Amino acid sequence: MAVRDRARGGLGTEAARPDGIPKVRGDFAFSSDLHVDGMLWGRTLRSPHPHARIRTLDVTPALAIAGVSAVITADDVPGELHYGLISADQPVFARDVVRFVGEPIAAVAADHPETARRALEAIIVEYDVLTPLVDAEAAAGWEPIHPDGNVIRSVVIRRGDAAATGDVIVEGTYEIGMQDQAFLGPESGLAIPAEDGSIDLHVATQWTHSDRDQVAACLAMPTDMIRLHLAGVGGAFGAREDVSMQVHASLLAKVARRPVKMSYLRDESFVGHVHRHPARFWMRHHADRDGTLRRVEVRTTFDGGAYASSSMAVIGNAARFSVGPYRVESVDIEATAVRTNNPPCGAMRGFGSVQVCFAHESQMDLLAAELGMDPVELRLHNALRTGDRLPTGQVLRGAAPVAECIRAAMAHPMPDASPDEVLARPGGAGRTSTATEIRRGTGLAVGIKNLMYSEGENDTASATVRLAGGVATVKSAAAEVGQGFVTIAQQIVREVLGVEEVVFHSASTAEVASAGSTSASRQTWMSGGAVAQASRLVAAAICQAVALREGLTPEEVSLDGTTVVTPTARIPLADAVPDQPIEIATTFHHAPTEPLDEDGQGDADVSFAFAAHRAVVDVDPDLGLVRVVQITTGQDVGRVLHPTQLLGQVEGGTVQGMGLAVMEEIVVQDGFVKNPSFTDYLLPTTLDAPEILATFIEEPEPDAPFGAKGVGEPPIISSGPAVVAAIRDATGAPLRRMPVRPADVALG
Amino acid sequence: MTETNPTAWPAESTYALRVNGTEHQVPDSWVGESLLHVLRERLGLYGSKNACEQGECGSCTVLVDGRPVCACLELAAGCIDADVRTVECVAAGELLHDVQAALLAEGGVQCGFCTPGFVVAISELLDRSPDPGPLEVREALSGNLCRCTGYSRIFEAVTSVVEVRRGRP
Amino acid sequence: MTVLLPDSLDRALAHLAAEPGAHVLAGGTDFMVEVNYGHRRPETVLSLRRLDDLRMWHVEASHVVLGACVTYAQLLDPALADLMPGLAQAARTVGSPQIRSTGTIGGNLSTASPAGDMLPVLAALDAEVVLASSTGVRTLALSEFVTGPKRTARRADELLIAVRVPVANGPQEYLKVGVRNAMVIAVASVAVVVDHDGRTVRAALGSCGPVPVRCHDAESWVAPLVDWDARRIDDPRTHEAFGVRCAEAARPIDDHRSTAAYRSHACRVLARRALARCL
Repeated sequence: MAVRDRARGGLGTEAARPDGIPKVRGDFAFSSDLHVDGMLWGRTLRSPHPHARIRTLDVTPALAIAGVSAVITADDVPGELHYGLISADQPVFARDVVRFVGEPIAAVAADHPETARRALEAIIVEYDVLTPLVDAEAAAGWEPIHPDGNVIRSVVIRRGDAAATGDVIVEGTYEIGMQDQAFLGPESGLAIPAEDGSIDLHVATQWTHSDRDQVAACLAMPTDMIRLHLAGVGGAFGAREDVSMQVHASLLAKVARRPVKMSYLRDESFVGHVHRHPARFWMRHHADRDGTLRRVEVRTTFDGGAYASSSMAVIGNAARFSVGPYRVESVDIEATAVRTNNPPCGAMRGFGSVQVCFAHESQMDLLAAELGMDPVELRLHNALRTGDRLPTGQVLRGAAPVAECIRAAMAHPMPDASPDEVLARPGGAGRTSTATEIRRGTGLAVGIKNLMYSEGENDTASATVRLAGGVATVKSAAAEVGQGFVTIAQQIVREVLGVEEVVFHSASTAEVASAGSTSASRQTWMSGGAVAQASRLVAAAICQAVALREGLTPEEVSLDGTTVVTPTARIPLADAVPDQPIEIATTFHHAPTEPLDEDGQGDADVSFAFAAHRAVVDVDPDLGLVRVVQITTGQDVGRVLHPTQLLGQVEGGTVQGMGLAVMEEIVVQDGFVKNPSFTDYLLPTTLDAPEILATFIEEPEPDAPFGAKGVGEPPIISSGPAVVAAIRDATGAPLRRMPVRPADVALG
Repeated sequence: MTETNPTAWPAESTYALRVNGTEHQVPDSWVGESLLHVLRERLGLYGSKNACEQGECGSCTVLVDGRPVCACLELAAGCIDADVRTVECVAAGELLHDVQAALLAEGGVQCGFCTPGFVVAISELLDRSPDPGPLEVREALSGNLCRCTGYSRIFEAVTSVVEVRRGRP
Repeated sequence: MTVLLPDSLDRALAHLAAEPGAHVLAGGTDFMVEVNYGHRRPETVLSLRRLDDLRMWHVEASHVVLGACVTYAQLLDPALADLMPGLAQAARTVGSPQIRSTGTIGGNLSTASPAGDMLPVLAALDAEVVLASSTGVRTLALSEFVTGPKRTARRADELLIAVRVPVANGPQEYLKVGVRNAMVIAVASVAVVVDHDGRTVRAALGSCGPVPVRCHDAESWVAPLVDWDARRIDDPRTHEAFGVRCAEAARPIDDHRSTAAYRSHACRVLARRALARCL
């Protein structure tokens, strides 16, 4: 490898994860691994009904149990009675009405989890059961189940000639089931009260500062009295954007005056965090004979469940991206997120783009069939390019290598013929099929995802870089949830400052300002941008110090990469560091965006990323069993900052998308989750995971730090729709619903 | 007579467990506790993880008398004769086990919650079957769920350990 | 909660006689889930961990006698799998490798879940269950032992100590539908056992009724259609009709895992395929 003018482990290299060694040794402290002497165990009492009035709530029998230190209800909440990510509409504890199965009613702290469980059993609650609202499409016309009403947000996007049409019209209805993020590390954390009444909360979250603000508001404490520390996060995928046990544990600790640990069991986790919205669609596509899209009409309803969470942002995404990564001048889109007595839904990787992708890609295949056109050619013909206009009227200014993504996905070699080994066939160990009963199919899908927050949100990320004794330290509250931002941050500092030894300090809310959420594919851009900006300011400060030391004017000292250049010398930055440490805190902003107007027009987004997936499946049509053999992808990444971490995001996201296509669904019946366990909520295993081949399209994004786009979400958007398309190809079944259930194939 | 004493909640019971070659007294225990709970909350061995506590994820995989099992499904008080080995005894002091090193080198670790279970399961597999075929690897690891990686990097790690051990780096 | 760890069968039976409510713990793969989730809190747990004899198996005349604590992993041993291939095929589909090295055949029978993978195979094999108490030993046919979903004929003072499986000379097949390629609970399963010596075909369904469903009508219908000398069925329509008749025996329900309609359909397909592989 050529010697380059930068420290080892810079951008583009296979830098080692700083948290890797403790993770493989089992020493890494996840939020459920925390312990302090004298701590109590907290547990939550939850509603058994989807909709009911609380007639009686008596906690005195629980308080009477030996070992129980605190029992709290809505009456004990000193501050705001509600919290919420965007709008505070969810009660800390239900007081008069429960709106979903699993809604918190009370919490206890006791000396042992078993004591806490018995205390919950002792609490007396009497309900008047009410009829639950469980049909999202009935919500708007139903009596409000919440003071904020049943329509959380409705987004309309209208553009172009409403009379536009084409030679060919295809129309379809589609449905997507409720997916769970299913991170492995349960919701958990430890709240430790201090002498002065302040609280240290160690918790797994995607956004410490947002949690802190919500906890402080509910506890009626100033924000500096709550110190949020990021504990080890066992996966997130959107499910840790909302508060789960944060307020409950903090309030228990405050009341009991002792540390309180909470850790959900898996059944509680399934009702303790929001899920991906189930959705229904109607779409109509108009196109010319040559395949040119002329008009797209969309009506969709997303079931937000009992509380808003991030539904208003999810439905905004669903509306803006419901056409997919295609050029079309005339659109009529109405997307509505409603409130029901089903489990609350909110953020999950892909955030609205996943649901719409299944619908628009199903439509594109339908259109291709109607036109007698190759579905790949149809997509290439309409693929967005830089300079095109989106349905919102926003002009695509950045990189848009949609066609390149499609061609890259298609260019990978096809897999070998179906293997003659039963474990590799549909049905696996169940030995259901022989090779002659298997049919192979291939499908393609393409997705679009916005990067970072949208619609006028003033989003920022702060970070501090300190250089002392040849060691650089990054202080950031960016939540490392497994994606590897800690590695990227170190690489950025090495790249900018030429310092090899970089420490990533996961800073508490007391130490740094907000990094924003680890979501929306934004941390590499936003917190990476903040780290880069802080590093450059440190470099500038070094130059200044050199000038001062050498008696030069500031103009006489300049930077060439990581080298300080004076009229007489070239000094590596790391060697030019003054004796005093340099520490610079900075806040990074992305380019501003606009809210949508009443016709859904406006420059609402910062940037976009694209990916295409080709799936090859083996299907047993008689039984409807599927084995996904291979998924290939082309992804628009801007620039590869860490090849293996990037591949990890792509492979992991692709398999999550595949899971949604063939096995993952929270089954909700009359408001009750029927499968809140890993026994019945099925995640892909090693015997289900396909071969994945990826090509990365590196077309630098002009506004992004180092040209790199966020990469976490595109892999999950079109992988599932590609799998469903492949099953259709193998079987001819229409498959208007994702996930595909065996009966959908076998019984039609 | 090695039966544990009859105890009624919240009375306490003490027994001994042999974990990673060391005898540990388990004080103040409720005998309904799983081996996973006792390892973590009584003995401070938090390496075995608590993702599902129903034997469906493998993140608490430990060896009991040499067999890979889910610690969450073992009654701790029933393990008093057994030899229990956890992820904490896989590395030789500061030196990582080759399976651990390979998982890092190949990118098999993201959030890391499933990692200890994979470390134990892969080590056990390769001790038993030094050159497993791809489907054998997949079947042997089918009880270990990973939500982050999609498994490809983990398979690469297994392959690289096999090749290095065979002397074909 | 008390844990008893007797080191002999006699002591175990004495404990059960003294405290018939004690919960018998074999592998624990079902029981511990219920304990971890607070669904079950027995006063006394009687662990079989030290009863080494229950982990043994042997062949006795024309029967394989499996100790109750023989694990799924043991059933995969070639020595046992050769004698009872259908049981080995079923064992391989149970849970994960971790579960298979822990869970036992006696536990699977005692839990008596309609989805228990051992049940349809043992039903098709005409297996018997041996129950012991301090007052004696009795043997029940599987159909007498499993009385309902998660219900058995075991008395509270009895211990399931062994399963007796007649060795059948002929092919066996266990086919199971689950919505995942590993670690999955059966949506529907079919076991088919062919006995060349007795010139019988026996079939049973799993996850398609409150107890394992024997397909007696299909069995007696198909036996005369087999060319027993050539050991095959020539007409594929016989396989298809056999599948239809097996599916008619199913009594499936709708639940969160699937629908009754799909389960019946799957039984038809699986029974047809299983028979075609055997004959």
